[in-house]
Amino acid sequence: MTDNELIWRIAGGSGDGIDSTSQNFAKALMRSGLHVFTHRHYPSRIRGGHTYVEVRAKDEDVQSRGDGYNFLLALGDSFARNPQDEAYYGKEELKPLYENFDDLREGGVLLYDEGLLDEEDIEEIELEEAAAENGWHVVPMDLRGIAKEHGREIMRNTAGIGATAAILDIGTEEFEKLIEQNMAGDMQEANLAVLEDAYEAASELDVDHDIEVPEGSHDQEQVLLSGSNAISYGALDEGCRFISGYPMTPWTDVFTIMSQHLPEFGGISEQVEDEIAAASLALGASHMGVKAMSGSSGGGFALMSEPLGLAEMTETPVVLVEAMRAGPSTGMPTKPEQADLEHVLYTSQGDSARVVFAPANISECYTQTRAAFRIAYEYQIPAIVIYDQKIQGELRNLPASHFDEEPNADAGSVLTEDEIQDAAHHASGKFQRFLHEPEDGSNVSPRSVPGQKDGRYLATGNEHNPSGHISEDPDNRIAQMERRLNKLDDIRADLDENTSHQTYYGPENAENGVLVWGSQQDTVFEAVDRLNDNGHSVKALGVSDMAPYPVDEVSEWLESVDQALVVEMNATAQFRGLTQKEIGKYGDKMSSLLKYNGNPFEPAEIVDGFESSINGEDLAATNMTYLPTAGD
Amino acid sequence: MSAFSAIEEDREIERDEFTPGIEPQATWCPGCGDFGVLKALKQAMPEVGRNPDEVALFTGIGCSGKLNSYFESYGFHTIHGRSLPVARAAKLANPEIEVIAAGGDGDGYGIGGNHTIHTARENHDMTYIVFNNEIFGLTKGQTSPTSPKGHKSKTQPHGSAKSPIRPLSQQLNAGATYVARTAAVNPNQAKEIIAEAIEHDGFAHIDFLTQCPTWNKDAKHYVPYTDVQQSDEFEFDVTDRAEAAEMMRKTEERLYEGEVLTGRMYVDDSRPSYGQEKRSIGEMPEEPLAERYFDEDAEWERTYDNLLQHHK
Ligand SMILES: Cc1ncc(C[n+]2csc(CCOP(=O)(O)OP(=O)(O)O)c2C)c(N)n1
Ligand code: SF4
Ligand SMILES: [Mg+2]
Repeated sequence: MTDNELIWRIAGGSGDGIDSTSQNFAKALMRSGLHVFTHRHYPSRIRGGHTYVEVRAKDEDVQSRGDGYNFLLALGDSFARNPQDEAYYGKEELKPLYENFDDLREGGVLLYDEGLLDEEDIEEIELEEAAAENGWHVVPMDLRGIAKEHGREIMRNTAGIGATAAILDIGTEEFEKLIEQNMAGDMQEANLAVLEDAYEAASELDVDHDIEVPEGSHDQEQVLLSGSNAISYGALDEGCRFISGYPMTPWTDVFTIMSQHLPEFGGISEQVEDEIAAASLALGASHMGVKAMSGSSGGGFALMSEPLGLAEMTETPVVLVEAMRAGPSTGMPTKPEQADLEHVLYTSQGDSARVVFAPANISECYTQTRAAFRIAYEYQIPAIVIYDQKIQGELRNLPASHFDEEPNADAGSVLTEDEIQDAAHHASGKFQRFLHEPEDGSNVSPRSVPGQKDGRYLATGNEHNPSGHISEDPDNRIAQMERRLNKLDDIRADLDENTSHQTYYGPENAENGVLVWGSQQDTVFEAVDRLNDNGHSVKALGVSDMAPYPVDEVSEWLESVDQALVVEMNATAQFRGLTQKEIGKYGDKMSSLLKYNGNPFEPAEIVDGFESSINGEDLAATNMTYLPTAGD
Repeated sequence: MSAFSAIEEDREIERDEFTPGIEPQATWCPGCGDFGVLKALKQAMPEVGRNPDEVALFTGIGCSGKLNSYFESYGFHTIHGRSLPVARAAKLANPEIEVIAAGGDGDGYGIGGNHTIHTARENHDMTYIVFNNEIFGLTKGQTSPTSPKGHKSKTQPHGSAKSPIRPLSQQLNAGATYVARTAAVNPNQAKEIIAEAIEHDGFAHIDFLTQCPTWNKDAKHYVPYTDVQQSDEFEFDVTDRAEAAEMMRKTEERLYEGEVLTGRMYVDDSRPSYGQEKRSIGEMPEEPLAERYFDEDAEWERTYDNLLQHHK
């Protein structure tokens, strides 16, 4: 079998530099003209504990992880706490080798560091037998030895890259350039020597295999970045200059990136005592006219519930991001899941009035975070960007031009001092901040900012009259409630006028459909291609607007298909439930393919799930669950 | 030129400017100590020379939180216990604004205790007034973190088994650089202390004894009181940490023995405020961040020019 794609997996301990090495590997392949996509898996322990990253490379757009992989670089876990001790099973040091056996494709290459993993142990895990059975090409190399000769043991990963380059015959030029760019002095020299030595040593081995790394070229300059980068850059380009937060995986990534760049962008970052404070600070900054954000993951977002409601009631714009991880409670801190949708839509007392976007990939992370800021500040409403552990960490190449956009620091519906002089004031002197019927028929009543002359008003979480004073008058109550909620219709109309956040895929007149939201979208798209190749007639719709929900768009699409399989990473079909609630029909068309074991879908699983659902087959033997239609 | 002309105003300020043009009907009970805070605050404002448009008052939830309704300024009546995190971000966003936070003892010492400690620790340049009536007023008289041990209420029918919190000592330890106690029954001292606190460059904590004749059945009115700065009995140096700590302990203990001690407890003018610290390490812009959004000529950085090269 010849694979026309490379799926290179590097596995080692959490302290073995797996992340940076895989990032460089992906970048080098991108620079050489390929399209790349990374998928990372890691445990929550800082050091030790097995981790891996996959880099998938093709000569055309790669939108998902693949099925399994075809090249393993097993470094072994040099940070195993008790390398020779039996952990739950087997030796810790060895885990990054044998734990990866399952997904290595037939005919794949398995390169391991025999400098760390000794022969006896290798025998014990029956590598030879497994290799024979699967046609793997096993390549033991003393990567540790090569690294030590020129530098330090930690450079094993550089040695691994050199060996990989030789075995795959892809040259070392791009890797050399990266080393020269990222390092200096002795470090640079040592790494270059290690790279070269390993390359030569591996060349001599003449490993014979069937993987052909394709050649490609880009017609535009490419950049490689993660969902966290894209969310942060979207925020910065939309004029966000204030962030407050408290660390929690996986949201910490965005918080870190923002904190690193805000000072040079003239902004402020605050790490505070808890997430109630974090959200409250963002409101305080926004109240003063600054574009502000905060965010967290499940548990931390739960603490933001009351400040979120305060933002809705006081019409204080703010953007919150919610990076989902597997729940409930502390759940599985480093595993992805899409089970916080209902949490984010409905948390906080009272009827909710908020905007929620679920970007599906890195490109959408950028555009939809920008949209979230624009909407939040124009409509004086909290906007939430919900994403997950998968998007947070995966790297993907995009044309640099995607980010070549003008910044927009407009603070939205804020008045200038001159405008305040002409605006309505109550006889008490208070500015009418919350008019029942703002001018121009809009539902947004423009605000003033402390320090502006004659703009005084009261912001309060109590129901309030136009100048902000507490009021329980029934007519005022109805007017204020309606105005706040009607903003959502205005926002829906506004979004409909712009480029849709929903993504359509596959043949327009296909018989059946797959409906998906957030991070699973592009995996579904890959599966849809394969299903059509297999003779099915399938299209897909990826939905990003969770609130206000794009009722018209989704209804029209559901109307056009016979059956729709809704794919999501949770156990209770939250997105399907939302769709049914918002549209009020098609319950007899939608069934669900669910997965909640802590790993995102692979394209082949969706193909499988789709075919099984069509044929009425059982999914019991898989990692997935099928939930049939509910009836209308 | 500033987009906030109220901040640049240089004129005599009248106390009456802080009374709303049409005063909403008071929701406070007759004889409530909260009136005393309002009065003292209004009196202090002309002394510190700030006008209503450049003052932002952040309150929590409780009878005390209603202060915004009777005090004319920019206001943000937040949620229970959270006035401080909202307020301190406001100060960071626009340091030119006079930021005052206020709330009850339940609000600041109970549910919001974490924020009270951390805001003091960070030494934000702001004033925090805790209306300490030793009770939950708004929710009808339950035991609060400052209620004396043995205090009976509907939720502690056999009397509270807990010793009260020591608010002054706590805030000294947390890092507040101005700590005082005053009482509603002593309007002159209260006004002076509020004015000093506002002028202090750092976190100023005022524990303000406010009687609650409605729910605090022990009906303390905090009279007679002693001003420790006026009394010969208490010779101590407010700038000396150890002496201040000793004085605070005495003040906290005597309150429960029926003796009301008030006055400045600790003043440290040497520690830089949080804003100064943050600016000195380059983590906060020199110009108020809020101004930038109104500056039509402001140049906004873009990630395409500044950050994307790392990803190529
Ligand atoms: C999260 C939350 N919990 C409880 C309440 C109910 N509540 C409102 S005010 C208050 C306590 C008021 O006591 P204090 O803070 O001392 O203020 P006071 O009324 O005495 O001025 C409580 C428990 C609330 N509003 N929010
Ligand atoms: S209940 Fe107590 S604290 Fe509240 S207004 Fe009445 S007297 Fe004041
Ligand atoms: Mg109280």
